[in-house]
Amino acid sequence: MTTTSTTEAPSASGHLADPDVNYLNNEYGIKSWLLSLDHKRIGLLYLIMTTVFFVVGGIGAALIRIELMTPGGDLLEADTYNKMFTMHGVAMIFFFLIPSVPAVIGNFVLPIMIGAKDVAFPKLNLLSWYCYMVGGGLATFAIIAGGIDTGWTFYTPYSTTYANGYVSVALFGVFINGFSGILTGVNFMTTVHKMRAPGMTWFRLPLFIWAQYATSLIMILGTPVVAITLLLVVLERVFHIGIFDPALGGDPILFQHLFWFYSHPAVYIMIVPGFGVMSEVIACFSRKRIFGYSFVAFSSLAIAVLGFIVWGHHMFTTGQSIYAGMVFSFLTFLIAVPTAVKIFNWTATLYRGSVSMESPMLYAMGFMGLFLIGGLTGLFLSTMATDIHLHDTYFVVAHFHYVMVGGMVMAYLCGLHFWWPKMTGRMYSEVMAKTSAVLIFMGFNLTFFPQFVLGYLGMPRRYHVYPDEFQILHVASTAGATVLGIGYLVLFICLVSSLINGAKAGPNPWGAKGLEWMIESPPTPHNFHETPVVTFEAYAYEEEDTLLPVPGDGQTTGAVSH
Amino acid sequence: MSKDFQLHPDLASTFAWQVDSIYFLLIALSVLFTVGVFTVLIIFSVKYRRRSDDERPKPIHGSTALELAWSIIPLFIAIGVFTLGAEVYFRMYRPPADAIEIFVVGKQWMWKIQHPEGVREINELHIPVNQPVKLTMTSEDVIHAFSVPAFRTKRDVVPGRYTTMWFEANQTGEYHLFCAEYCGTQHSTMTGRVIVMEVDAYQQWLGGGVSGESMVDAGARQFVQLGCATCHKAESGGRGPSLVGIFGGPVQLATGEIVTVDESYVRESILSPGTKIVNGYQPIMPTFQGQISEETLMQLLTYIKSLSESE
Ligand code: HEC
Ligand SMILES: [Cu+2]
Ligand SMILES: [Cu+2]
Repeated sequence: MTTTSTTEAPSASGHLADPDVNYLNNEYGIKSWLLSLDHKRIGLLYLIMTTVFFVVGGIGAALIRIELMTPGGDLLEADTYNKMFTMHGVAMIFFFLIPSVPAVIGNFVLPIMIGAKDVAFPKLNLLSWYCYMVGGGLATFAIIAGGIDTGWTFYTPYSTTYANGYVSVALFGVFINGFSGILTGVNFMTTVHKMRAPGMTWFRLPLFIWAQYATSLIMILGTPVVAITLLLVVLERVFHIGIFDPALGGDPILFQHLFWFYSHPAVYIMIVPGFGVMSEVIACFSRKRIFGYSFVAFSSLAIAVLGFIVWGHHMFTTGQSIYAGMVFSFLTFLIAVPTAVKIFNWTATLYRGSVSMESPMLYAMGFMGLFLIGGLTGLFLSTMATDIHLHDTYFVVAHFHYVMVGGMVMAYLCGLHFWWPKMTGRMYSEVMAKTSAVLIFMGFNLTFFPQFVLGYLGMPRRYHVYPDEFQILHVASTAGATVLGIGYLVLFICLVSSLINGAKAGPNPWGAKGLEWMIESPPTPHNFHETPVVTFEAYAYEEEDTLLPVPGDGQTTGAVSH
Repeated sequence: MSKDFQLHPDLASTFAWQVDSIYFLLIALSVLFTVGVFTVLIIFSVKYRRRSDDERPKPIHGSTALELAWSIIPLFIAIGVFTLGAEVYFRMYRPPADAIEIFVVGKQWMWKIQHPEGVREINELHIPVNQPVKLTMTSEDVIHAFSVPAFRTKRDVVPGRYTTMWFEANQTGEYHLFCAEYCGTQHSTMTGRVIVMEVDAYQQWLGGGVSGESMVDAGARQFVQLGCATCHKAESGGRGPSLVGIFGGPVQLATGEIVTVDESYVRESILSPGTKIVNGYQPIMPTFQGQISEETLMQLLTYIKSLSESE
């Protein structure tokens, strides 16, 4: 690796002194994007495609919510409804949530944050995007060609023997997509180990990097398990090899063990990078170091590791042994502790800070509220007695939407707003951004809070028709989803219009600390003109803002000293 | 079944208040934490709001004492709630010995229910009030889940094996029965009613049922018709072991391993006899996989169980 070489300045060196050349305009044409090895461009490729899948998943959600306004099944056929919630789940989880923070924001800022020119393996990085595209393409084909109605959980023996449609194709798509995650994980881990700028010690790393590191660990260890599991489903479906179907001598519960062995940690693939975003944003907008840096850093790792041994909490009602159930329940309770530690530390960070509520911070506050509720309602599900009643009801639906949408999507949008000026060089309209944050927060609560009540009343999930007495709550939920949808639309317009008429952002519009804020916006193709030497800890907000020198610019300030 | 809007479900079993009390405790804890954290967040955001752009607040690195406090307090709360939940769960898993045993077969997309007296019903379950009821369940196709929200309990119904659940209804009335595990096209109509009746009314209802043959009798008849009786005689010395008195006890296998004869063991012995061979016998028993329905299997099972009850 080239960590210590400070002089290496390849062909692009001619541009270096030219402040107007950045990663967006150094090359033009579709090929320069599709074959780009620049982590920043790959991040944007991911941004565009994850947004497309978000829209696909969103269409599914919209149809589901409209259908559920009445207790009868009047808009969609039962089969269509089942295909819609499957499409919603598959698109949102595998093709939006899992890649969004790591592959979009992580790709863009991770190398810059540690002072690197790129990730360790730029070609693998591009390959990961292609795996994602092929996987996504296959899944989309399956949806268009006939749909899949297994639910995103693909439970056997339904998925292997009974489900119609293009299940195998979709599964294969998710399998291929798994490689995208593995490659990203390998890449980030190696990058963090090998490519840190001189002086960037482990405990000077921004917490976002710690979070990405923990996430990469889960991606590398977990994804192969689900990939193989899904492949086994395909084998049973196509060649009737008895693995999961008892009629063929298999064990249907085995699938659930294998599936959740990955899919519970996958929850943390989705949320832990969001934790990283929170640390950056909360520090910046209260101009403070993160309270208890090392506790926040290690709690990410603790969550990543513990996350691998709690999968059985999805199976309390399958009739697994009581003692297994108790162990899984207990371990799940343990995870609550590092999670609570994070929340408390972020809150304490504001203490005696200089707090300003710009839109990223508003999103961060939204995250705190929604994730708190998501986490606390998780306790209802890790408590065995209440889980028996709540399992497979709308309570679960509400809980994981609070965690995934309320937590993860809020964190993603928070990060997007925070680094948008860096990515695009433009500022968006603060009024519009704040409006969208408030709309999304309120719409979200109106959509999902009633679902907790529905769930305790016993409304099962994945129901296309339901008893009349649940209607009021469903109507409230649909109304909320409308507000939520409008919120997303405002956000979309806000960000896109910033590209057209947004004010120039400048290197550091938020007065934030960190290497990415010491270089131009948008960054030059190689991020840094010279490899920076780091002499400061993360979040040294007590120091004055500084920029890295641009050669030939006459600017002299070096990296700040502590 | 309630037709009006409610915020809280009916309480109709002995589990209901046990689960609800943990539920309300958790709500109290959640409100406490949410309100607590949010109050602090709001106070900090207002009190320490940025007043001028050159503010450079003094850094605070953290406090180990605080970190310990806010790790250990949640840890103890977590252990407490875990223990409460596990205790109730334990009870949910242990059916009392005197429970009435009813058999449930799930299939896409209906519930088939068989009472020991022989009465059968579909998508409806009639039970007496204030008596523990144990359901032994299996599925003919995919996984379903038998869920009665008013009883606060549910259990997956899995093909290829028996799962059990129990409850004791303490309120007469009609309650929702849902299939809670997604099972295909008509999943959301795989619903029904649980009807809790006074004991007299229940006895009357049972008497008015169509079939006069109890499950044990039906099982005994099948036992002869399927030819089981040719190998399994009441006394030992037949080609197969005597099945009298085996249920619930230990049996030694040819491998030397000792297993308990329970529902799953009997099921396996009939469907794939080659898997576990009883010590001292030849593996000559034919498999009945695919030849008898889940209902017949349950009748045979009840019959074999009844052979261990007389003593
Ligand atoms: C051809 C003779 C034969 C027939 C017919 C037969 N069995 Fe068996 N069965 C055996 C033998 C031999 C064993 C012991 C070896 C083994 O475990 O496979 C056995 C074992 C069993 C066991 C386990 C007994 C124990 O002590 O653990 C059960 C239960 C059983 N049979 C039930 C049935 C039922 C029910 C039928 C009819 C549907 C049936 N058998 C038909 C020969 C037979
Ligand atoms: Cu989980
Ligand atoms: Cu079902």
